[in-house]
Amino acid sequence: MRKKLALFILLGWVLLLIGDRVDELRVYQGAQIAMYAIALSSIVLLTGYSGQVSLGNGAMMAVGGYSAALTLNNLGSPVWFAFVMAVVVSALFGAFLGLAAARLSGPYLAGTTLALAVGLPEIANQFAFLGGVPGLLFDVGFPPERFGEEFTQYKWFFWIATFIALISLFITSNILQSRYGRTWRAIRSNSLAAELSGVHAGRMKILAFTISSAIAGLAGAVLAMTISLVAPGAYTLALSFALVTGAVLAGVSSLPGVVFGALILVAIPEVADVLATRWGGGENLNNYLPALIVSVLLILSVIFTPNGPGEKLKSRHHKKA
Amino acid sequence: MSLNVSNLTVHHGAICAVSQVSIAVPTGKLAAIIGANGAGKTTLLRTLSGLKTPTNGSIMWKGEKIAGIKPEALVRRGISHVSEGKSVIPELTVRENLELGAIWRRNPKESKESIDQVVSIFPRLGERLQQRADTLSGGERQMLAIGRAIMSKPQLLLLDEPSLGLAPLVIEQIFQTIRDLTTSMNLTVLLVEQNAMGALKIADLGIVLNLGKVVAMNHAQVLIDDPAVRAAYLGY
Amino acid sequence: MQKLLETFLIGLSTGSIYALMSIALVLVWRSTRVVNFAQAGQAMLSTYIGFEIATRTEIFWLGLLFAIAAGALLGAGVDYFFMRVLFKHAVSGPAAVVAPVIATLGLLGLVRSIVGLVWGGEFKSIKAPASTDGFTIGETTIPFSPLNLLIIVTVFVILIALAIIFQRTNLGLSLRASAYAPEIAQLAGIRTARTRTIGWAIAGGVGGVAGMLNTASNFLSPYSLDLLLVFGFIAAVIGGLESMVGSVVGALILGIALTFILNYVGTSLVFIGGFVVLIVVLLVKPDGIMARGRARRA
Repeated sequence: MRKKLALFILLGWVLLLIGDRVDELRVYQGAQIAMYAIALSSIVLLTGYSGQVSLGNGAMMAVGGYSAALTLNNLGSPVWFAFVMAVVVSALFGAFLGLAAARLSGPYLAGTTLALAVGLPEIANQFAFLGGVPGLLFDVGFPPERFGEEFTQYKWFFWIATFIALISLFITSNILQSRYGRTWRAIRSNSLAAELSGVHAGRMKILAFTISSAIAGLAGAVLAMTISLVAPGAYTLALSFALVTGAVLAGVSSLPGVVFGALILVAIPEVADVLATRWGGGENLNNYLPALIVSVLLILSVIFTPNGPGEKLKSRHHKKA
Repeated sequence: MSLNVSNLTVHHGAICAVSQVSIAVPTGKLAAIIGANGAGKTTLLRTLSGLKTPTNGSIMWKGEKIAGIKPEALVRRGISHVSEGKSVIPELTVRENLELGAIWRRNPKESKESIDQVVSIFPRLGERLQQRADTLSGGERQMLAIGRAIMSKPQLLLLDEPSLGLAPLVIEQIFQTIRDLTTSMNLTVLLVEQNAMGALKIADLGIVLNLGKVVAMNHAQVLIDDPAVRAAYLGY
Repeated sequence: MQKLLETFLIGLSTGSIYALMSIALVLVWRSTRVVNFAQAGQAMLSTYIGFEIATRTEIFWLGLLFAIAAGALLGAGVDYFFMRVLFKHAVSGPAAVVAPVIATLGLLGLVRSIVGLVWGGEFKSIKAPASTDGFTIGETTIPFSPLNLLIIVTVFVILIALAIIFQRTNLGLSLRASAYAPEIAQLAGIRTARTRTIGWAIAGGVGGVAGMLNTASNFLSPYSLDLLLVFGFIAAVIGGLESMVGSVVGALILGIALTFILNYVGTSLVFIGGFVVLIVVLLVKPDGIMARGRARRA
């Protein structure tokens, strides 16, 4: 435990140092990576560990984002409190969802969460206080003056996002390695056997939904911070799909993998941009090439390394031994 | 000798379920395959019908090698397999279950004639043609399963534990019907059974499997009289 | 009262299109135990092809025919080249739950990107085969148009055709047997793999019709069929995923319910309305409306 804490602190130091040395774009992307890492960890917990396929984590991110924005704007609270509210409200939503979803499995669960992913963000259009299509502002404010003039807004985002990500991943890692994590895995492989060993599968599943949604909500608030906005357009179905994609690419039950997955999710649009310009550009190419790359990657990885690249590496290691 | 199995070895992953089994069954004869649970009997049948591919060895049917050929193709070569416990599709009607066995023949007139034939063998099915198969009793389902197999006009009939879960009286009827069919339709039959006595009594040939190997193969009556077999499988 | 009737009729028309999509999904689910999200992609591609034909020849029905053919080919192709490969690399471990679903999602994304690359993202429209002006009864014009009626009739005809195929032909029997009990079907001499591909082809063709009909009353874009997929899927789940009749019933209920929400509550709540309908149904009948208490295997 202490070792891990030390590791995380060290990681934090390293990231901060890196943040000082790279340019603005990279710093911003760093914040995005942190955000995706948090979001992906919610899927690792829900799907990788407790075995529930949800296509609706994007909706939970929306809940978090909107909660944070509303808290910040309407209650005039400090920024950190807004993030806390994001977690709390999403957890509540997640608990509700879990209650409904605990009895469902497989495609039924997928379908329900899919409906949620499509339906929830749209609610914002209906109610004025949610800001409608243009959305609400989410302004975490400028970096503190004592950091000096060189300290840019994006760097501030990066610091906050990374800090939150490190804390969140640390906590998540502990949860996953605790008996909760083991119980979820037991439920995932064999629900009946787990029940017979005295595990309350239903309750554990709801717990998984709750925690996973809380994490996703946090990620949603971080996302809102990086674009200074919450709006339905930021939490589309495409986001939910991207999350699932990233999780599979990284190894759906591997927590360390989320960094890898987050890197890929941020890198792809950029790679696609580069390729698109090199291949002559054109609007269509720009718009659809990232999705093409993501889809091909996804298909290949599902077919050949469904449990993430870590699995292949592990088995090669075993073969050598 | 229409069915000739030679040195057949079949694996389930790492486990060897059938080990160097060699058996020969003459045309038109009924061979009973008995043995304890896990002896490899079901695996043997599943390999003969194409559901499993052997690791080693060969299977000759009517002079041709058939190991590894898919089940659909083997049906067209005259092999019909009634698998253990679940050879009837509950959601379909009795008639539909039967018709299923004859679809590949693409001959509606023949199909109808075959249904009439099955009904004459199993009149109870005739009364229930329009009913869903899940409304049938255990014995009737077994009859339906065998009927479906007959619809394919097989020459080799593989039966996996037809007596499972049935009342003694029904078992007797089924066994008698199997015997009659073997004779009247000149079928070659492999009958896998845990009900060793019942099976051997109607059989021409008896084969005892244990842990995937053939431990005895002889005329059925010889096995019935054999004290070792009696002690191990016939209960006396 | 009039608004009630209008809403009901429009809901019926919308629901019919969902019904087509949900039937296609159920067809594929029953034969492969996979929810094929890529069907939206297949439908999309088929519809774009149909769009091309319809625009060049100015004949909607010709476009529809090509869409059906394209859909059937795509469906068969996806099963043959994609699904079989997927199942050969059979999955174990934590991803087993997720893998096939994700794979079809990936395929959906792939088809969508290709469509976007080739045709671009602007909205396209097809000249509808029937008037979109509402019927006039006496002095009032109701929003229900000849096109809506045509949609309902077309879907109805297709449903009857499918029912006949499934219940009264040998092909239908093979399809049902291969879906219910593939091993038994094999032992009865049915070429289950080929039969399954045919099932996918039929599903693909039906999806093509759904796409064309949807486009006739809306517009076409790489994203326009997403809603069809989501609602078709919800409808299938409501109906229980095992029964085609159930999915049709579910689709009609959904279509009507959503149109009611649209007309009486508000546009943006339509989608969450879908979610609510789904949750309510699943809470009351976790196996869907038509379930007879079968084990709901994932």
